[in-house]
Amino acid sequence: MGYLPNFIFLILLAIGIGFFIRNMGRLKRSILIGKPAGRVDNKKARWQRMIRLALGQSKMGVKPLAGSLHLIVYLGFILINIELIEIVLDGLLGTHRVFAPFLGRFYDFLIGSFELLAFLVLGAVLFFWARRNLLKIKRFWKPEMKGWPKKDADYILYFEVVLMLLFLCMNATDALLQQREIPHYIQAGSFPISHYLTPFFAQLPTSSLLFLERIFWWAHIGGILLFLNYLYYSKHLHILLAFPNTFYSNLAPLGKFNVDSTIKNEVTQILFPERSQTPNEAVIEKFGASDVFDLKWTQLMNAYSCTECGRCTEVCPANKTGKKLSPRKIMMDTRDRLEEVSRNRIVNKGVYQDDQKQLLNDYISPEELWACTSCNACVEACPIAIDPMSIIMDMRQYLVMEQSAAPQELNAMMSNIENNGAPWPFNNQDRLQWVNDN
Amino acid sequence: MSLEVPTLASLQAEGKKAEVVFWVGCAGSFDDRAKKITKAFVKILNHTHTPFAVLGSEESCSGDPAKRAGNEFLFQMQALQNITTLDAYGVSKIVTTCPHCFNTLKNEYPELGGHYEVVHHTQFLKSLIEKGTLKVAGGTYKGKRITYHDPCYLGRANRVFEAPRDLIKKLDAELVEMKSCKAKGSCCGAGGAQMFKEAEPGTKEVNIARTEEAMETQAEIIAAACPFCTTMMTDGVKNKGQEEKIKIMDVAELIANANDL
Ligand code: SF4
Ligand code: SF4
Repeated sequence: MGYLPNFIFLILLAIGIGFFIRNMGRLKRSILIGKPAGRVDNKKARWQRMIRLALGQSKMGVKPLAGSLHLIVYLGFILINIELIEIVLDGLLGTHRVFAPFLGRFYDFLIGSFELLAFLVLGAVLFFWARRNLLKIKRFWKPEMKGWPKKDADYILYFEVVLMLLFLCMNATDALLQQREIPHYIQAGSFPISHYLTPFFAQLPTSSLLFLERIFWWAHIGGILLFLNYLYYSKHLHILLAFPNTFYSNLAPLGKFNVDSTIKNEVTQILFPERSQTPNEAVIEKFGASDVFDLKWTQLMNAYSCTECGRCTEVCPANKTGKKLSPRKIMMDTRDRLEEVSRNRIVNKGVYQDDQKQLLNDYISPEELWACTSCNACVEACPIAIDPMSIIMDMRQYLVMEQSAAPQELNAMMSNIENNGAPWPFNNQDRLQWVNDN
Repeated sequence: MSLEVPTLASLQAEGKKAEVVFWVGCAGSFDDRAKKITKAFVKILNHTHTPFAVLGSEESCSGDPAKRAGNEFLFQMQALQNITTLDAYGVSKIVTTCPHCFNTLKNEYPELGGHYEVVHHTQFLKSLIEKGTLKVAGGTYKGKRITYHDPCYLGRANRVFEAPRDLIKKLDAELVEMKSCKAKGSCCGAGGAQMFKEAEPGTKEVNIARTEEAMETQAEIIAAACPFCTTMMTDGVKNKGQEEKIKIMDVAELIANANDL
């Protein structure tokens, strides 16, 4: 066979990684459709937040059981992937367990730990599957979770089960080959979990074992490359984006909304014409947001980072009381629309051709937007610092300032403020009346 | 007892300055339920001889409801006018009984040029106690079961969780927490300009849902620290026909009552 396997492996690897890089490029261009967001200040606090929320998963602990199982899957994912370095080297060099001779006993410890982790991951994934499909936890069965989002969530779990099983089967057959002292299969590793699988393979002739071991090995690395490329199409993208997403999240108090400085110039000019030295040059093209182009890039990254876990929707007072608004749906809609725009741009050689659609109305209805109490519960609940509320508020701004499409009562409230400085029709001269009231 | 409520204009005419400006807010000025909170707070200010002043008819809506409703333009009109007024008097410290005013004055005015030290009245009352100017005895509330509802714009939005709770504890009352409280506290349903409109179609009103959570604690008193929450929860309790059994009180009212003011 010579170098054929090495060559095939190289090609497989190149395709897998190449595709991934292409998708990441697309992702980046998609996100950068958004407007500048600042958020480069206070690097130290940003690093700290990223380490706390993304690496340390501090908000996952709010639900202790799900949180600890999630941690297992996460650790499993990271640690077992250390093994990937060896697998890739073996594939390229035609070696087998290339690290074993260098690491000695420590190698056995590593492989043993990976197996234990794989077992734990299997358990956790099984629990997650049961929770979604058998226990039918409410937040997983909201209207926005129908169709692809539901399938996506299940596919990820199946992927993980298959990968873990392949890893364990690969070890089980390898261990048997080691026992039979087949050349090339050096004595290395310890197999605390896969050794329960060896009985299934123990009766097989060596030729079948060799064949199976290779199948498992190739399927495992192939599966990993496939999964890597699945990320872009899936909510599982959060495993990568959680990091930049928390880094660039809002550090200010949650109650501080964005203050539009272009409007400030205009207002100052109206109120105090004598104050503005320079005439107001900056023409404001559009207030608020009706489509993804009007959002900031951080908001678009939020959309790609969302894991659709529904922790936000679960605590949303509007959603809890049966309103149509679901902060998770706001994020999912933003991502779907953004993907639509991105595909449009790719098909049209990088230039977006108007498709007569927008985020407002075609995805998110005013009814949803007006149900928000701006309570920030969704923002607080999100494990990776996504801010659904900011999108809602930007879209409200568009409705009010570009379309004068506020609910009637709010128009009344605003004209009261305009005319008499209070949201109710009282005379501002009576502001101190309360002193003499009984 | 008549209230001493000097305005900044009257103080200036006498050549005096106020240490702190009490920002009364629209609800505190015009809403019948909220006016009681305003008065309770002023009674404490008078009782402790705190030199303060109000803006009176020179105060105008902070712009919060306009901003949350999406009207940034109107918000900035209000804010810039208020900043001009406050700066003309050289105001440096503001206390307010309204978390919405508190939030916007504290967090959003600076970017428009208004820089003040802004505190919520629960923080202010706490500092009066710490300074020894205000003494609180349990009195009527001793041993009473009180639950505290976190206003979104005070708690989650600005992380003021302890000041109001510390005040309640001073009453020798039994403070019981709701299932969701502090950073996770549920909304009363008034924020984001909802106060001024009908709710979207749903299965329940938000204030009823929150009232039910409060009632689960079996508290006799639901304490709040926001005029809008107070209104929402009062309506909720009425809707449940429990207004005889459960009272909704602002923390300032509790303190004023405990001191027989
Ligand atoms: S801020 Fe709006 S969307 Fe978020 S939880 Fe509150 S009501 Fe729901
Ligand atoms: S926004 Fe955050 S909390 Fe909401 S579904 Fe997405 S990841 Fe979960």
